[in-house]
Order: sequence, then C-alpha cells, then structure tokens
Amino acid sequence: MLNKYPMWKNLMVIIFIAVGCFYAMPNLFGEDHAVQVVATRSAEVTVTTQSNITAVLESKGIAIKRSELENGQLLVRVSDPEQQLLAKEAIAEALGNNYTVALNLAPATPEWLEAVGGSPMKLGLDLRGGVHFLMEVDMGEALRKMEEAKIADFRSQLREEKIRYAGIRKTPKGIEIKFRDAETVGVAERFLKTKSNDMVYSDGSRDGNFFLVADMSDAYIKQVKEEALQQNITTIRNRVNELGVAEPVVQRQGAERIIVELPGVQDTARAKEILGATASIEFRMVDDKADPAAAASGRVSAASEVYPRRDGGIAVLRKEVMLTGDHITGAQPTFDEYSRPQVAINLDAKGGNIFSNVTKDNIGKPMATLFIEYKDSGLRNPDGTVKMTKIEEVISVATIQARLGRNFVITGLEHKEAQSLALLLRAGALIAPVTIVEERTIGPSLGAENIQNGMQAMIFGLAIVLIFMLVYYRAFGFIANLALLANLVMVVGVMSMIPGAVLTLPGIAGMVLTVGMAVDGNVLIYERIREELLAGRSVQQAIHEGYANAFSTIADANITTFMTALILFAVGTGAVKGFAVTLMIGIATSMFTAIVGTRSIVNALWGGKRLKTLSI
Amino acid sequence: MFQLFSVNNTVNFLRHAAPISIISMLLVIASFVSLGTKGINWGLDFTGGTVVEVEFSNPVDLNVLRGKLTSVETEGAVVQNFGSSRDVLFRLPVRENIKSDLQAIGIMKVVNSMDDNAIQKRVEFVGPQVGKQLAEQGGLAVIVALICILIYVSFRFEWRLAAGSVAALAHDVIVTLGVFSILQLEFDLTVLAGLLTVVGYSLNDTIVVYDRIRENFLKMRKGTPEEIVNQSITQTMSRTVITTGTTLIVVIALFLKGGTMIHGFATALLCGIFVGTYSSIYVASYLAIKLGINREHMMPVEIEKEGADQPPMMP
Repeated sequence: MLNKYPMWKNLMVIIFIAVGCFYAMPNLFGEDHAVQVVATRSAEVTVTTQSNITAVLESKGIAIKRSELENGQLLVRVSDPEQQLLAKEAIAEALGNNYTVALNLAPATPEWLEAVGGSPMKLGLDLRGGVHFLMEVDMGEALRKMEEAKIADFRSQLREEKIRYAGIRKTPKGIEIKFRDAETVGVAERFLKTKSNDMVYSDGSRDGNFFLVADMSDAYIKQVKEEALQQNITTIRNRVNELGVAEPVVQRQGAERIIVELPGVQDTARAKEILGATASIEFRMVDDKADPAAAASGRVSAASEVYPRRDGGIAVLRKEVMLTGDHITGAQPTFDEYSRPQVAINLDAKGGNIFSNVTKDNIGKPMATLFIEYKDSGLRNPDGTVKMTKIEEVISVATIQARLGRNFVITGLEHKEAQSLALLLRAGALIAPVTIVEERTIGPSLGAENIQNGMQAMIFGLAIVLIFMLVYYRAFGFIANLALLANLVMVVGVMSMIPGAVLTLPGIAGMVLTVGMAVDGNVLIYERIREELLAGRSVQQAIHEGYANAFSTIADANITTFMTALILFAVGTGAVKGFAVTLMIGIATSMFTAIVGTRSIVNALWGGKRLKTLSI
Repeated sequence: MFQLFSVNNTVNFLRHAAPISIISMLLVIASFVSLGTKGINWGLDFTGGTVVEVEFSNPVDLNVLRGKLTSVETEGAVVQNFGSSRDVLFRLPVRENIKSDLQAIGIMKVVNSMDDNAIQKRVEFVGPQVGKQLAEQGGLAVIVALICILIYVSFRFEWRLAAGSVAALAHDVIVTLGVFSILQLEFDLTVLAGLLTVVGYSLNDTIVVYDRIRENFLKMRKGTPEEIVNQSITQTMSRTVITTGTTLIVVIALFLKGGTMIHGFATALLCGIFVGTYSSIYVASYLAIKLGINREHMMPVEIEKEGADQPPMMP
C-alpha cells in the first residue's frame, strides 16, 4: 500500500486551484471611479467621441486614468470621486442630449487579466446600494387591446369580402358578430378561419338572432402575453437608459413580472416617474362625417368614439387604429421651415408599409394622433393592486398631404410638448400598463456596512476554525486548513467566472457557512484514519482506508445538501438565489478540495514511506 | 493524538431514547400549539407592506416617536429599535387607498422634524399579492425538498431509514418554526433560506450516522440492532461534535457580526443546528429501530444469474 497519486491527478489539483486563484484575483484590485457614456438611439459613441472627450477633460485639467471604448459604450476612469463628478459634468455639457452620461464604478482589473476574461464578482444591490423594483404587466389590458385590434380586423375583412354583418361587439365570451341569417354565419366562419386562425369560432345563434362568436385560442392568449412582456421589457430597458444609470438590470420574472435594478440610484421618485410613465400613441382617422353637435353630447356612430383634445374641445375618431406606437423606432423634436415645433418620426419596416397603405387611401383627410397614458392614481384596490387611471387625449389633428412612408412629422404641438412626446416615443411605448408591486431601496452606506459585517463574520469564524483544526489534527489539520483556504479562493474564483452570479449579503452568509461545513469532509476522513490507526492498521493502510471509507459518506451527505440548495435556487428570488448559488458552488469545491486536494498533499508528504506514527 | 471521544467503549445512547423522544414529541406538540395560537410573525416579504429603516444621529425615545406618527399615512406603524438605540425600523401594513411612497415620505417628515441629520437607510415595499405568492412558494419548497430527500435516501439506503430521516427533518423544521413562533421572531425570506439550510445540515448529520449503521450491519456479525446503532453513533460522535462545533462557531459569528439583515437567517440556523444534531440520533435512528430495521434490510440484493446452479458446460 503506497498511497501514490499519479502525476495527472496532482496536475489536475494544481491546475484547478491555479485557475480558481487566477479568476479570484480580479477581486483584489478594487474599483476605479469612472464615467460611463452611452449613446441614445440617434447618436453613436465612436473613436471621435472618445478623442473629443479626452480633449475636453484635458482642457479642464482632469486627469484620465484610462478610457475604453467597448460595445458602443465609453468608460472614462479617473482617480477619485471629486474628479469623477467634475468629469461627468464636463462630458455631459460637451456631448449634449443625445448621450447618457452616468457615474459608475468600474473594476480596476489590469488589462492583461481582463483580456483572459478576468473580472471581479458582481455585487448585489444589498451590498452596493440602489433601487430594486418588481413590476407587473397588466395582462388584462394587453388582451383587451389585442381584442380591439381583432374587432377592427374583422370589420375590414368582412367588408372587403362583402359579407354583410349587422354589428360587432365584445362580450365576456369573446367577440360577437351579428348576422342576418344562419347561412351567412357559416360563410363568415369559413372565411374568417382562413384569415385569423388564432381565434376559436363557435356558432352562438340564439332566439332567432344569428351570431358568430370568436374567442382567442389559449395558444394565442399565451403568445399575446409573451409579446406584451417582451415588448415592455424592451421599452423599460430603453427608459432605464434614459435615466443614465450605470449597469442597470432589466429582467423578466415569471410570466408577467419584470425586475428592474438600478444600482446607485437614490432618487426613487424620478426613477418611478420615468419607468411607470405608461404612455403610448395611436394614429387614427378623424370621423369627418360626424355631426359636431351630436358628438358634443356623446352621440356618435358605432364605429367612432369621442375624445378630448389637448387644446380644448373634442374630436371624433374612428375606432379603427391605423398604427400603434409599437412601430416607432425613432422620434426627434425639430422645427419646420416656419420655426414651428414638430416631432420627426421614424417607423420600422412593417409600420412603414401599414402607414404607406393607409395614407395613400386617405389623402386630404384629417388624421389624429391620440396620446394614451396610464398613471398610478395613488390608490389601491381592495386586493392590494394599484388602481390605474387611463388618460386619453388627442394631441394633434393633421391633414394627410401626401402618401407617407417610414419618416414623417407630427405638427401642432408646443415646443415643450414636442420634446416630451419625442422622449416618450423614443423610449418606446408600453404595450400594457405596468404597476410596481415591490420596491426596495438600499442606501449606499448600508451596502458598505453589509459588506463589512459579512467580512467580519467571515474572518472571525475562519480564524477560530483554522486554529481549532491546527490544534486538533496537527499536520493533517494544517493540510485541511490549506484545503479550506483553497476552497474559499475557488468559490470566489467560480463566482467571478460565472457571468450571471451575483454576490449578495446572504451570499456572503453562504460563504461563511461553507467555511464551517467544508471542514466536515476532512473531519470525516481524519476521524476515519484515527479509527483505523487505533484498530492497529499500518499508517499507509490507515490513510488509504480512511479516505476510501469516508468517501461514500461525504458524497451522500453533500449530494443531499446540494439538492436542497438546488430547490432553494429554483424557488428563491434575488437574495435567496444568491445564497443558493454560493452554497452550491461551495459544496462542489469543498468536496473537491477535501477529498482530492488534501489527498494529493498527504500522498506527496507521506505516501510511499514506511512510517510508524502519523501526525493526526 | 488528542481526542474528544474515545471509541473504545460504546456509549449506550439509545438507553435514553424513549424519554428523550417523548420530550421531542412534546416539543413538536408545543410548536404546533404555538403555531396554531400565536402563529408566525410574518415579515414584510410575506405580508406585503412598507418598511423604512432610519439611522438617527442621536438615540431616540421610541414613545415620543410613536406619539408623532399620527397622520393618515403613518398610522398603524410598528416602531422598533434594532442593533442600536439610534437605528429605528418602521413597519407599515398595506392600507387600502394609501400610496406606499406617501407612507415612507410621511415617516421621513416625522423623523426629520425630530432630527435633521437622520438618514433613510432602506425602504422596502412589497405588494400583498407578491407576498402571498412567496409564502406559497416557500412552503412548497420545503415540501419538495423533503420529498426529494425521501426519494434519494430510500434509493441509497432503505425505506425505514428514509422514513427516519424525513421524520427527523420534519421534526427540525417544525421545532425551528415553533421557536420562531413562541419568541415571535420575524419570519422573512432569509429565515426561509435558513430553514432550508437546516434541512440540508440536519440531513448531513443523519446521513453520516446512517452510513455507519449500514456499514456496521454488514461488518458486525453479532449484536442486536440497538447495539449496532449505539456503536455507530459512538463512532461518529467525535465527527459530529467537531463539525457541529465549527459550524456553530461560524453561525455565532454571523449572528453577532453579520448585521441585522441576516440576523433571522443566523437565528434559524443556530436553532436548527442544535435540534438537527440531536434529532439524527433520537429521532432518525430511533425511529428506524422502531420500524424494525435489521441486518437483512442492509444486505445488498444478490441477483442470481440464470443457470448459476447448473454445472458449467464443458467445451
């Protein structure tokens, strides 16, 4: 019995630990104060921007530590917080409105380390301060909008096919289309099935009235919800960029919720205002046949609706929506040749096609821009959800002069209005209103305090455990301590390597706990070796038996703990997830260091020798 | 070699098993009674509401502070110190028709009227529905964890041992919950994480003992199940004491130095480690014996090959 490890096993241990150390290293360098520059839609951050900024900062006497241009994002590092503030102001002034300039803390990882993918652990909000929002998308509203769009589709499709219908209305069961006879119901059903196959049709005729009922299929409802969520995430992401926050997080959670995390933000009121401003825009034709007097008292044809105008008075608009704000890709406040404010709009390709078709057919007719906004009314429903109020206003009515394409202008606004409309449109419209269902703000000082507390607990616990192991197991205790330290370094290394892993306060707790529990593997092995020695085995045999017998125990014990960690990860949110991640990584690395790592040292030191006693 | 426990003499742990398991049962009943009558002091994560944490520049008199919280927004606030007499935590329940921001702003108005230099350190608002969903998820997580473990242990060991380990885990979870209920400690998300960690830790302990029981059943030809279990517990005792010791040390470090936000987590672990360690002996092992565990149950199933009893054919 010689207890020799083959070369490859020793090498593997060395390589694993070396890689762990290497990737843990970036955490030692701390952070630089930096200013982050990101372009909003119409602009671009280029090498020219970079050299301009360098020139501006030099002229103001601000020393730049390093400036990096990556993924259209410029990061200017300076030496201290005061310089950082000065630099931010100088850059913001020099660049103007088309750029977002934000304060940031950038890891001060050396370039050579960064080049091979080294980066420090990301800190959760509880450790660096900031705001966390959990937002819920109003899916009822998203579905209602989609149903309205379907009703408009049905109207035009049936008209085009010259299938006569007596009326269309929404009922709780779905969209009800009324016909004059049973035969037409069948014809319409067959026709509509070919046009909109995402609806479920049924014959709802009763009492001598002939109805076709169209309801959204389950798959379609799912699709609509999914799209609404995705669209809202994109929009919120754009808005967060407008806020000028460094490294924001916008992420879906479950089927209808979105998490927004804004590190370093303290002004929650402004953040909420921008995030929650659920505005969208619709283009509709003005119903020019409507009688103004009747409309004033609310009497209009079934295909039209009355809306207030921003400049006073009312407008009668067709129910049919020609184009929604979803297709808008850009919007800038500009001026026409008479210096009147206007908003220049760019549409995506699909929107361009739709718009081109509808404007071609309606030259010379008035078109209205309807602005829709959902505001948090500040009140709550009995079930705790926030009551939203819907504000709808016609912001402009313009006569279509020519066939319009992907680029056109909206006029009839005041200067300020043009600016805020452009901002809202540029940031994109929320397809359905969102409400904030959870909000957490952590002050930056509390974050720093949390790190300090966690580190203190870690150092205190670690010191006692290390001393105990050394006293109790002597040479073997020393080896176990090496394994424990290597394990900690590896946890940090792996945490830094995994892109999604974030260190949170419970995460630190998880690491501290790992320190206490990681020695378990070694304790099991060493106790076993002692038993074997007491039973009269030779030293080499005792070492071999000790490791061999303890293995299945360690494996069983750790696998079950790993399972609970996995369940925690699956159901947990935020901080709990952070804890589960560090626990899982800790279990994996501690098994490795306790079983393979210590064995390799033990074999190197004592393997292959005839020993009478063992320092254990 | 300096040792905490000598393995030469087997300690008869199970001699006290009957009275101790009765105490355990009483503990579980007491926990249930407390859970039924006092309930759990659910934290913000589960109830929804608003929490504002403020650091004053000087110690404050909570009664004066409470007296000033009379506006519509701040009514019904629970005011308490934590950590130091300068740190104050306000908890406000969800109120119909009142905006959570206004609640936080109302609190800060009162706070600043008493102390201009007070800092708002943390504001949290959770909608009641989110909280409800979380509570359901949390309860589900514990149950799923227990079922997964039951399956794993039945597969790796034997159903009697699996039943014993799950009973021990349930015991630990219930007693820990009971402690939170009796002392009316706040139960938030980190406590739930702590509770699941207790499940993991306690299981760790149980598995180590079980592993030895299985091994000893196969190794020792003589001895009643009680003797073998006693022997196994004695052999693993020094490991149990050392690991529990080191884990306790770091958990105490967390409890004392980790700060208020993980206080609940540390408390749950502290309690769970104590209960979990003794339950691996007096609940898990004892129940397995009561269920009639014996040597045959531990024998690996020998698969008889077809034709093994036939004489080999000559080529």
